[in-house]
This record gives sequence, structure tokens and C-alpha cells, in this order.
Amino acid sequence: MGKTLFDKLWEKHVITGKPGEPQLIYIDLHLVHEVTSPQAFEGLRVNHRRVRRPERTFATMDHNVPTKDIFNIQDTISLKQIETLKTNCDEFGIRLAEIGSADQGIVHVIGPQLGLTQPGQTVVCGDSHTATHGAFGSIAFGIGTSEVEHVLATQSIWQLKPKTMGIHLHGKLQAGVSAKDIIMALIATYGVDFGTGYALEFYGDTVDRLSMENRMSICNMAIEGGAKMGMMKPDQTTFEYIKGRKYAPKKMEEAIKYWQQFYTDSPADYDKVLEFDVSNLAPYISWGTNPSMSVPISSKLPDIADMNFQRAYDYMDLKPHMAASAIPIQWIFIGSCTNGRLADLQEAARVLKGHHLAKNVTAWIVPGSRTVKNEAEKLGLDKIFKEAGCEWRDPGCSACLAMNPDKIPAGIHCASTTNRNFEGRQGKDARTHLASPAMVAAAGIHGHFIDIRQKEVI
Amino acid sequence: MEAITIHEGTTIPLMNNNIDTDQIIPKQFLKNILKIGYGKHLFHDWRFLDDGRPDPKFILNHPERQGATILISGENFGCGSSREHAAWALKDWGFKIIIAGSYSDIFFMNCTKNGVLPIILPLEARKKMASISSKETITVNLPQQFVECQDEKYHFAIDSTWKQKFINGTDDIDITLNYSDKITEFEDSLPSFS
Repeated sequence: MGKTLFDKLWEKHVITGKPGEPQLIYIDLHLVHEVTSPQAFEGLRVNHRRVRRPERTFATMDHNVPTKDIFNIQDTISLKQIETLKTNCDEFGIRLAEIGSADQGIVHVIGPQLGLTQPGQTVVCGDSHTATHGAFGSIAFGIGTSEVEHVLATQSIWQLKPKTMGIHLHGKLQAGVSAKDIIMALIATYGVDFGTGYALEFYGDTVDRLSMENRMSICNMAIEGGAKMGMMKPDQTTFEYIKGRKYAPKKMEEAIKYWQQFYTDSPADYDKVLEFDVSNLAPYISWGTNPSMSVPISSKLPDIADMNFQRAYDYMDLKPHMAASAIPIQWIFIGSCTNGRLADLQEAARVLKGHHLAKNVTAWIVPGSRTVKNEAEKLGLDKIFKEAGCEWRDPGCSACLAMNPDKIPAGIHCASTTNRNFEGRQGKDARTHLASPAMVAAAGIHGHFIDIRQKEVI
Repeated sequence: MEAITIHEGTTIPLMNNNIDTDQIIPKQFLKNILKIGYGKHLFHDWRFLDDGRPDPKFILNHPERQGATILISGENFGCGSSREHAAWALKDWGFKIIIAGSYSDIFFMNCTKNGVLPIILPLEARKKMASISSKETITVNLPQQFVECQDEKYHFAIDSTWKQKFINGTDDIDITLNYSDKITEFEDSLPSFS
């Protein structure tokens, strides 16, 4: 019997423990941000412990930062949390990409961008979207603050080995359909907990053709399907992406040779396999209050299946059987660890170029990092966005979780390139509709979603 | 960590599926740098009206439910964000036990670090527990792995390592530091491409 990518990575990282019981796993890369770390550092301090491997730890500020003017933090509690991270990093000797630094940005954007994220690694962060890094062929997952403290102190973590699920993505995407639509369609089809207890691996000819940015968008949302880990085997696309980045291996050829051992021997080795043909996939939008409450743009909203659906319809102020394209959109948000990379902004700019937002639509474009912002400006994307009537902002998590000043007002329907449409996620009583960057951009122009496969409507 | 062995308490049923951690503790309360004091914000957006008064319709505000220590819920409890503040808030409010159909993996792990015992039972058992009065108690027996409700016993499964952690209230880091030599040995074997 062969082994899966996940099995090979897991075995390489077990320090101690038997299969079937919690095992102690070594952590190669620990990413840290201001919200889920202060109590962990405090725990170290109280117990007179140190950070075992500061050089395997990297911190940034993203959740709390304002993006209208990143240097102007009005909220004193946010400021305290941000200052606490700086103090902690200084005290424990951890690299920090702070506000204003060229490397600052959303933690899951900067890890890959700096070349910190590499195939064959284990990566953790106190954030559920850590699976993003799995796109490089690594075991990457979100952890709680007690686990953050544990990893800081021991560079390791106790975990029960999850089962493996192979998700075979095959077929060619139609023009206008994106990686975001694939993961949204999977979650809409199989539910918000189909991946609970599993490490997902996405594979197949569809994946082989995707860029790293697109691969990251898929792995990023594994958690929305219940899986804390989502991954893809490293290939030439992966290696090319890493080459030349700030923290890429110096001995790149040796590294590639090592990384090439990480692949699944045969689909028969997974505990479970899902087959998913993407060739007839339509762009997806979410209508409800969890990511599985999503439909193809060409369809109507579903019946009220149970009390959970009723609650979602009430919250969203929508009715069953209305056309997905009829949902009014008053706000668009483009950014986040799901879709805040340069390729995502390019996609949105391609749609917005030469157009203007509908009269009643507000638009925030929030680059995922300072580097993304600089690169986008070099390409003139900021001008396209501004000419279309959008606000071009500083890098951060922004209105994806709205724990900073960036909040969508109550009652507003916001088309958003983010990952969660929970009640209140983007602001109290705000109504989130998840979609791809191109779909969100087009919704901004029209004031409602359109099927961007039909080019003439843009 | 506070140990749990046998616990008897009253209940609060919140039978929705997919209760996410954004609902358990909304983001505006994640800015604190302490582990305590989150209970007053537990289920904030469901619990308080727009003017800040408690919503009398929401079960956490029912006078007869105050002092409950066991939360009964639906499937996929604690999904979404990894925020451990969700476990801290449940604990700080007074919950010691959660009984749900399933949990998100990250939330489950966070519970194991904070002495909040997440029990999995089928819908039928949970429906029964959700139907009892606010005065009636149920008993959780962790060593023998059952929940007793109105003379019926429901067996539950739990990984033996996590079970011992709950019973002993042990601190993970102390345990792991006993393996320091093994961790060092492992680190010495890692490939380097720098």
C-alpha cells in the first residue's frame, strides 16, 4: 500500500507517539499575529519560559489595523494589542513585520510572498485560514491560543492524525469561473462540515493548471468545509513561485529535490475520495449565513429546508425562489487572505477597467500586503479602481472580519471576496455575499450579481 | 487546568446547527490581552438588543436558566474562526460541559486546553436533554463515559489521552518539556537548504 502526500508529511514530523493516539508533531514555521498571541506570550512570561525557536517564528499585524490610514489607530484597545505584539516580539526575539514595514500584510499573504512557506513543512498560526499554506504541499492548520503558547515554548504540538480525503478536481474551467467558485461549489455541494476530521488534498488536472494564487484561494477555504488542513502536491508551479523570494532556500536545487518526494502514490491511498468535475461549473454566490448556503449565479434561491434556513433568510432579508442575480448589492469588498493577492486584484481590475460603480454602490479594495499594494500601483491598478469609484486602501484583514474600523453598515448587502458570511461577520447586521473577485467587481458595476460567463453583460 | 470527573448541572439548549465562533464571541471582544472576562460577552449579538439591554427572549437571559453549566447544541458546534476566546467565554460564563452532535476540530482542541468538556451524542439523546426543565439536572460521568438524564444513560466516546487530561487537569507544556531531548534530536535531523 502506498502513502498519501499527507501521510508522508506527517511521518516526517512525528517526534514521539503511536499511531491512533495524539502524537507530538514538529512545527517548521509558526506565524503569529496580534489577536491570538498576547495571552500566549503572557503564559510564557508567567512560567519563565522562552521561545524555543524564534528563527522559525514570524509575526505581523493584520486583524486590527485600520486600512483607511494604517498609521492612525483610533481604537485604544486595538492599539494596546498591536503595541503588545511589538513588545512581545522584542522581548522574545521574534521577527516582526510591523505597520509601515515593507513586509507587513495579512499573515497568509505574507508567508508565501516572503518565501517563508515552503513545501514539506508543517505550518501553524492562531488563525483558522492557515490551511492557505497547504497549497505549497505542507501540513498547515489553525490553532488556538493555548496551542500558540505550546508551539512557542516547544516548537511542537500534540495532534491526533486526521483521516485523508482526496478531492479529485478534473476538467477545464469556463472563462469567468475561478478557483473561488470551485471551493464554494464544493462546500455548497457537500456542506460546511464534510471535511471535519479529515486533511483534504486537492488534486487532478484542474489543480495542475492553477496558479499558486488560485491554489491558495482553494486551500484557504478548506476550513469552511470543516477541514482544518487542505493541501496540494508541490510541482513546478510551486517551485517557480518560491524562487527568488526573500526567505527562499539558498540551495534551491537541493530543496526542490527534497520537495519532490511529497506526493500521493495513488488515489487508492486516501481514506475517502470525492470526484468533482469543474467543466460545467457556474460562478457561485452565497445567499445565506454560512458558506454552504451558496448557489450558482444562474439559479434561484432554495426552499426553506429547516430552522437554520429560516433564520438565514430572516437575517439576510431574502426570499426563497428569488433569482440569485436579483439580490441588491450596495457595497463591494475586495481583499482578504482568500482573495487579496495581486492576481485577485488584477482579475477585479480587468472587470472594472473603463467602468464605474453603480450609483448606490460603495467599494473598498484592500490589498493583502504592502508588497501587493506596491506591485498593484506599479501596474496602475489603483488608478483603474479609483476611476471606477472605488476606495484604494492600506493592507490588512479589514472588513473580512471587521474587528478594525472597517465595517459594513447594518442591513447592507455586500458582495465580498472573503471566506465567511456568518451573521455579523462584516459588521453587525451586515449581509455578506461571498463570490470571486471578478464576480464581486461586476456586481459593483451593476448593483447586483451577473453571470460573468456572458461577456456582453460586463 | 481545572479537572473534570463527575459533574451534575442544569442545562441550556441551543439546538441550532453550525453555531460558529463569531456568534459565540463576536470579534469586537477579541481585542483584550487577557484570558478572562469574556463571559459577559458570550453570544453577545444574540443576547443583547440594539440598545444594549438583554433580550428577554434569548435563553441565556432567562432567569431560571442562570447557573446552568451544561450547554446542549446541534451539529458542527464551534465552526469557523480558531479564536480560543470562544472556549474562554463559555467557561467564564459558567459552562463546564458541551453536548453537541459534532464539533469543529479547532474548537474541540481549544476545549481540551481549558477544561470545557466537549461530548458528542446523537440527536435523539440531545433532544431528550433539551426537553427537560430548567430545574432538572443531568449528570456527566467522565471516568465511565456516560451522561445520565432522567434515569437514562447515554454512553459517549472520547480519546483516552484527552480523557485523562480532563480528569487530571494537566498542563500540556509541562508534559511536552519532558520530551525536550527528543525535540532536539529531531531538530538535528532536519534538512537545511540555507
